[in-house]
Amino acid sequence: MTLAPETGVAAAGTTHLPGYDDDAPPAIPRPALGKPTADERFVRYGTVAAGFALAWLITQRLLPLAGLPWLLVVWFVCVLAVTGVTAGLSGGPVDIRDRIAATTITAGAAVVGAGLVSAIVFVALRGWRPMTHLNFFTDDMAGVGPKDAFTQGGVLHGVVGSLIEVGIAVAVTLPLGIGTAVFMSEVGGRYARVVRTVVEAMTALPSIVAGLFIYTVLIVALGYPRSGLAAGLAIGVMMLPIIARASDVVLRVVPSGLREASLALGASRWKTVWHVVLPTARPGLATACILGVARGVGETSPVLLTSGNAQFLVTNPTDGVMNSLPLFIYSLVRSGEPTAIARAFAAATVLLAIVLVLFVLARLLARPKRTKRTKVSRRLTGGTNRRGLNLRRGDPLAAMGPVNPADELAQRYPPAPTEEIP
Amino acid sequence: MTTLPVPGTSTDVRPRKISRKSTGADAVFIHTIRTVGTVVLVITGGVGLFLGWQAYPTAQNYGLGFFTESRWLPEADVVGIASVLTGTFCVATVAMVIAFPLALLTALYISEYAPAFLKNTLVSLVDLMAAVPSIIWGLWGFFLIMPHAAELAMWLDRNLGWLPFFDVHDADPNAAVVDTVISQYSFSMFCAGIAVAMMVLPMSCAVMRQVFSQTPEGEKEAALALGATKWGMVRTVVLPFGRGGIIGGTMLGLGRALGETIAVLLILSPSFEVKGRILEIGGNTVSALIAGRFGDADDTQLSALLAAGFVLFLVTLAVNTLAAVIVNRSRSGAGTDA
Repeated sequence: MTLAPETGVAAAGTTHLPGYDDDAPPAIPRPALGKPTADERFVRYGTVAAGFALAWLITQRLLPLAGLPWLLVVWFVCVLAVTGVTAGLSGGPVDIRDRIAATTITAGAAVVGAGLVSAIVFVALRGWRPMTHLNFFTDDMAGVGPKDAFTQGGVLHGVVGSLIEVGIAVAVTLPLGIGTAVFMSEVGGRYARVVRTVVEAMTALPSIVAGLFIYTVLIVALGYPRSGLAAGLAIGVMMLPIIARASDVVLRVVPSGLREASLALGASRWKTVWHVVLPTARPGLATACILGVARGVGETSPVLLTSGNAQFLVTNPTDGVMNSLPLFIYSLVRSGEPTAIARAFAAATVLLAIVLVLFVLARLLARPKRTKRTKVSRRLTGGTNRRGLNLRRGDPLAAMGPVNPADELAQRYPPAPTEEIP
Repeated sequence: MTTLPVPGTSTDVRPRKISRKSTGADAVFIHTIRTVGTVVLVITGGVGLFLGWQAYPTAQNYGLGFFTESRWLPEADVVGIASVLTGTFCVATVAMVIAFPLALLTALYISEYAPAFLKNTLVSLVDLMAAVPSIIWGLWGFFLIMPHAAELAMWLDRNLGWLPFFDVHDADPNAAVVDTVISQYSFSMFCAGIAVAMMVLPMSCAVMRQVFSQTPEGEKEAALALGATKWGMVRTVVLPFGRGGIIGGTMLGLGRALGETIAVLLILSPSFEVKGRILEIGGNTVSALIAGRFGDADDTQLSALLAAGFVLFLVTLAVNTLAAVIVNRSRSGAGTDA
């Protein structure tokens, strides 16, 4: 503590806290030491710009390397070169290596980001035309040929088929998967270890083999027709190990202290599971399931073998052939007609949108629950961040001296009657 | 008045009986949940056993020739998986050669270089990338990437054609008219590998990033305090610490790449030739073979397809198990308190 006692006044045996000078000017904010200075920022962005200019000069004027891909490749090489030169101007080989590594790593991440963005934008750009017609969302493809205009036909049967098939798969796998996860993590024992080993091994099952299994057993051996039910089961066989394993991982990170506290209070085991373990793990379980569903919706190969390819709306999964979005896209692309391919891209946009919605839903559910805190309680805890970490306590400055005396916070409690509490 | 118990008076002191056996609702719960576990064990294990059982008649019918025969002629009853197995490994290798550096760089960027306010968004984006359906990557690879990839393949053949795997038969990379030759460079295992790479990349990246994020802060700060640059810190602390995650994540990605179907089916034009010339048109993989040939197969060939699927499953299982062992044996998680 850097406490300078008030000179001479203090009697022996008493402690004096340093007083605050209310007239003092406000503290100057500390300079951010890690932040790049203006010079460094100039070099950083200037390097990229200079690299682009050089690349343009080389590819468009000096060498016969027309085309966007070459420009990008040469741009990257030029940026690396300019980075090396600028780093060499002010530092040694260590600085050069550091800057070049940073540039390479950033460029690698940018390539991956560009891949994701280009896929989404490309699919949406090629497929927006059919989507301007309302019948695309309300109609099926019954009696519509591959060359017909966009004013006829739609993807309704694909969307409905996908939802029904995934619904069947989820209805089968969700209870089984989570039940198995509970068994593996809550009951335990040698038998549970066997189950865990087998389930983990089966996550390696390629989706096409899951489809082939259902095809062989259900359709060839048992003579059941190709249908939405078969497709749903095929997706289920593929999803079951994935969901069981993901749920197991989620359940295993539930703190054992919670379980033990519940048992110590006299709760039975199933009550512990039902009221403590599962509610604690609920966001994680929801995420695991929704990501499993997103995977199931987009998977083409098991459906390709088992559902048949209906061109009309089928709502009964046991009633003959059905269709689903991925399969619909695949068969349209295979037909090779430009209009059919445009339709395929539009259907792909719809599929992407469904996956995106599911994904955002999973993210929202996985977010840690915010405890409702009033202004007063926030003041009492001295300003905490979302995870309940006490920022004031974590701040090294707070440890050095009473920057923000806790008394001041407590003095405002209870709040004045005029103060509004949300 | 209170009477105190006098020790030693009670002759009949027996410890309370403690039973771990569940009773009542608990017993029902344990039994139900055990049954669910058994059902799942039967289903998942049943699939594996069924595949293995189906492989048996194939082994009887075709013998070891199943692994050395490259053609798939159901009419002549000549089937074998030599060419599709090579094709599967070629496509997976191309995919990993592309995906590994990109996944590593992206994981490093997210865990070490990205500004703090972007980090969570980037993690979500990588997860979103993993959720993008494979058919979308197939479309992307087929319509957007393949024309450029074919040009790149031609350039590679022209300049590095002396390497056996960059060689392309029946095509002159120096031809004046590009349009007639370029088709020889399209629909190749190289093009399919690019699309598969985008599928497996987020998976590897997620594993690597997770391991990198577990690097002990103390060791990172120690390196910086000793005067290391950021790259020096990454090279001497983060990468050695995350080695297990890098290898394990790559192998998990490889396991997924081996089984990818639909993108390969869209892009690759099927041929049954054992070859490692990845830039050349044509090739096949086990999963694409199953998807392409299940319709016209009779019982024997269906079990041959199942046997091929079983082989694929075993390879994937071996790769995944190895990955899990490597990730678990790495230092990840140890010493995080430092």
